[in-house]
Amino acid sequence: MSEEIRDKYEAVIGLEVHAQLLTRSKMFCGCENRFGASPNSLICPVCTGQPGALPVVNRRAVELGVRAALAIGGKVHGESVFARKNYFYPDLPKGYQISQYEKPFCTDGALVVRLKSGEERRIGIQRIHFEEDAGKSMHQSAGSFVNLNRAGVPLVEIVTHPDMRNSHEAGQYLRELRTVLRYAGVCDGNMEQGNFRCDANISVRLRGAKTFGTRVELKNINSFRYVEKAIDFEIDRQIESVERGEAVRQQTRLWDSAQGVTQVMREKEEAHDYRYFPEPDLSVLVIDEAWRDRVARDMPELPEAKRRRLMADHQLSAYDAGVLTASRELADYYERVVSTSGNAKASANWVMNELLGRLNAAGKEIEGSPVPDRELAALIRKVDSAEISGKIAKVVFEEMFATGKGADAVVREKGLAQISDSSQLEAAIHKVIADNPAQTQEYRAGKIKLLGFFVGQVMKETRGQANPGMVNELVKKILDR
Amino acid sequence: MGIPLEIAGLLEGYRKKAFKPSEAVDAFLKTIEAVNPGLNAFLEVRADVARSQARALDAKQPTDGLPLFGVPVAIKDNFLVEGWKATAGSRILEGYVSPYTATSVQRLVDAGAVVIGKTNCDEFAMGSSNENSAFGPCRNPWDPARVPGGSSGGSAAAVAAGCAAISLGTDTGGSIRQPASLCGLVGVKPSYGRVSRYGVVAFASSLDQVGPFGLTTWDAARVLEVMAGHDPHDATSSRREVPRYTAGLASATLKGVRIGYAPAWLEGVEPEVRARFDEALAVLRSEGAVLCEVALPHTKYALSTYYLLAPSEASSNLARYDGVHYGLRSKDARSGEEIYTRTRGRGFGPEVKLRIMLGTYALSAGYYDAYYLRANQVRGLISGDFFGAFGKCDCIVSPTSPTTAFKLGEKTDDPLTMYLSDIFTLPVNLAGLPGLSVPCGLDSKGLPVGLQLIGRAFDEQGLFGLASAYERARGKFPLAGEKR
Repeated sequence: MSEEIRDKYEAVIGLEVHAQLLTRSKMFCGCENRFGASPNSLICPVCTGQPGALPVVNRRAVELGVRAALAIGGKVHGESVFARKNYFYPDLPKGYQISQYEKPFCTDGALVVRLKSGEERRIGIQRIHFEEDAGKSMHQSAGSFVNLNRAGVPLVEIVTHPDMRNSHEAGQYLRELRTVLRYAGVCDGNMEQGNFRCDANISVRLRGAKTFGTRVELKNINSFRYVEKAIDFEIDRQIESVERGEAVRQQTRLWDSAQGVTQVMREKEEAHDYRYFPEPDLSVLVIDEAWRDRVARDMPELPEAKRRRLMADHQLSAYDAGVLTASRELADYYERVVSTSGNAKASANWVMNELLGRLNAAGKEIEGSPVPDRELAALIRKVDSAEISGKIAKVVFEEMFATGKGADAVVREKGLAQISDSSQLEAAIHKVIADNPAQTQEYRAGKIKLLGFFVGQVMKETRGQANPGMVNELVKKILDR
Repeated sequence: MGIPLEIAGLLEGYRKKAFKPSEAVDAFLKTIEAVNPGLNAFLEVRADVARSQARALDAKQPTDGLPLFGVPVAIKDNFLVEGWKATAGSRILEGYVSPYTATSVQRLVDAGAVVIGKTNCDEFAMGSSNENSAFGPCRNPWDPARVPGGSSGGSAAAVAAGCAAISLGTDTGGSIRQPASLCGLVGVKPSYGRVSRYGVVAFASSLDQVGPFGLTTWDAARVLEVMAGHDPHDATSSRREVPRYTAGLASATLKGVRIGYAPAWLEGVEPEVRARFDEALAVLRSEGAVLCEVALPHTKYALSTYYLLAPSEASSNLARYDGVHYGLRSKDARSGEEIYTRTRGRGFGPEVKLRIMLGTYALSAGYYDAYYLRANQVRGLISGDFFGAFGKCDCIVSPTSPTTAFKLGEKTDDPLTMYLSDIFTLPVNLAGLPGLSVPCGLDSKGLPVGLQLIGRAFDEQGLFGLASAYERARGKFPLAGEKR
């Protein structure tokens, strides 16, 4: 499609994210909330919907929900109501899902996201509500099976206003939301395991139009890589259909990552009537102010605040601060390196340019870094105190990363300490002068450009360990004698 | 000596070592064997389990530590008791074996009670005559041609026929009080939240309550004091302390107690029931109670309110019986869709289907506001009526049911007439209040009439006191079979 046609239109995007809460047990029973256990091993009468079983709210789940609400600056309601969402599905043992409908526990939040243009965009968040997850259907050649380990796992559903206009904004919102939820300890953000799932509502309209176009709900976008792709595809598909003079049909579509297209799942006419009504087995959910304030006091610093603080305290660029706060663990690591090494700029460079690159290549997270923060700080201090040169430091770092040894041990074992002993250096210089009589003569005849040659030779002679400043000074002094 | 039928008599016999729990249980089992084929009160009896439980008690001393020591109890078949079937009177749960035990039943067992059998009931507790059971109707021990009432008909018949000393039922709109009335027993629907609903097959969650049947008020009070109280498994169960209901019952008095009644309720009541009710009022007055009229203007909407709210909740509660996870599954289903339609099509009876359809409709988009929501608002008004009335009286009385036991088949063709059986009991559930039915006489056919006492929320103690004082003034009530 030509850019010209695309430019006639504007997309309107709203996102619904289901984030699994990091609780030990399920939303309404004591069963363990854990991924990967053998099928139907984490179940009980409640989460399998046995006759007579009743739900009891998990207090920790409510606490994590409140954290999510505070993290996006939402209004936490003192009273909210659980509701039943009724539909038949084999992985839904009760025939309804306990959710919240008319009275969610949180409304009116927002996230500010940074675009690649450098602009900031505020994405409004309509509501957050609690929900229990369904089980999982598995279709095999032997037949269809249901695994209820996930049934009843606590979720929050976070719903934005239709505030995004392109896939980049949607992608940045999701990344920021995921980071914020991870910071707040609400959700691990693992999309592949389905712990952070996204549905997108997408419509297009002529630029400048006041009303919204017909919206399509897009489901099954199970990785960050696909979010932008799927949205781009869907926007183009809708524009093409409008350009052809066809109306966009109100549908639910699935993203097919193998073919890179979206496909119809159901038409508007097939949409469920969920027959929501207040869950009679649970009373009104009361979140009193004192408790909410206690949760607020225990909230960790959130990414945006951390970014601003790092920029102010350590003179980092917005970009560097962004990279270093990608996760709470990384930011904590960086801050510990700074506090031990006393060099914020060098710490930032080492973490971003060396450490992250090596971790990435090794497929490791910062939590699993073979180089602990205090050892990276020790390495930086060695450079700053001229014990080793910057060049040698990189060699030392490689060894530290590969073996997990400390900076001291590597420098000692490999004899890499910088030579700052002038008698040792003078001996090396005299040897170089003796080995290069022709160049010595030329230099002394006035070709002072050759100074660099002598310095290089001395460095070579000392296997790079000579203190370059001292070498410079001594070579000049001895040659000029 | 013969084995007594009441808790008090049983406990006394054990204390005096007149007989042992195993002997008592044997006697009750023998009665079941003799009368159950005619009554169809029990859906499952496990004599071996009951006997071994009783034998374990034989070795123990009957102490105050076990307030229901060796008391045989019958449990409505919509309670889960581990290892026992739980059909709730429905084909759709055929073959289902309970994986856990309801809190209420567990508390009785922990107190020394012996579960002797599971009793017949209307399918999913929907009915007023026990004729909606998938396993055939239960009959009234006072006249086997007549219904025992419902939905807890089997539990009522079991106690009335001497098959168990006490029994448990559930009451969503009158399902304990109405059969208690029709079978000449004391039946109690406690305040909403007083007894845990955990392990009880849900019909309408905001209305369902567990309660006891007994031959006397004291027996019912004893059962309730054992099983009431907060349950961490039921978020709607109350944390209020449970009084010892049996304490002070013997000295309870009607003197000075203000008792209200709503004259408007009495229109349309069968003349003989009306007569027994008036006589009961006279007894109350002669015992020193102060009678007054109360207006409960919104209770005339109770029936329509109830038949929107209860089916709405039921339509959702019964969604889990889908043939996928447990219970019946249609064998010839050729698709996932057909597992649902065929299983539910065959597994549910007509009354259950009718109510699922009603409830589904009332909750549907576009109708929710007009039906479910409006009904909930009216529910608030009905509660308000009672709250207002309790400003001028301590207890409200009415006939429990407008009629005595009717003949099998008499009302099956006309659901509305059938629904009217619960006209005086429904409002109590809507308001979440405690209600108790106590026998107040016989009609000319020798069929029992019940007097309903309605109390303030969580004032079960007050109700037991009044019922007990009334019982004493009324005199001994005959057992079924002793009547003529």
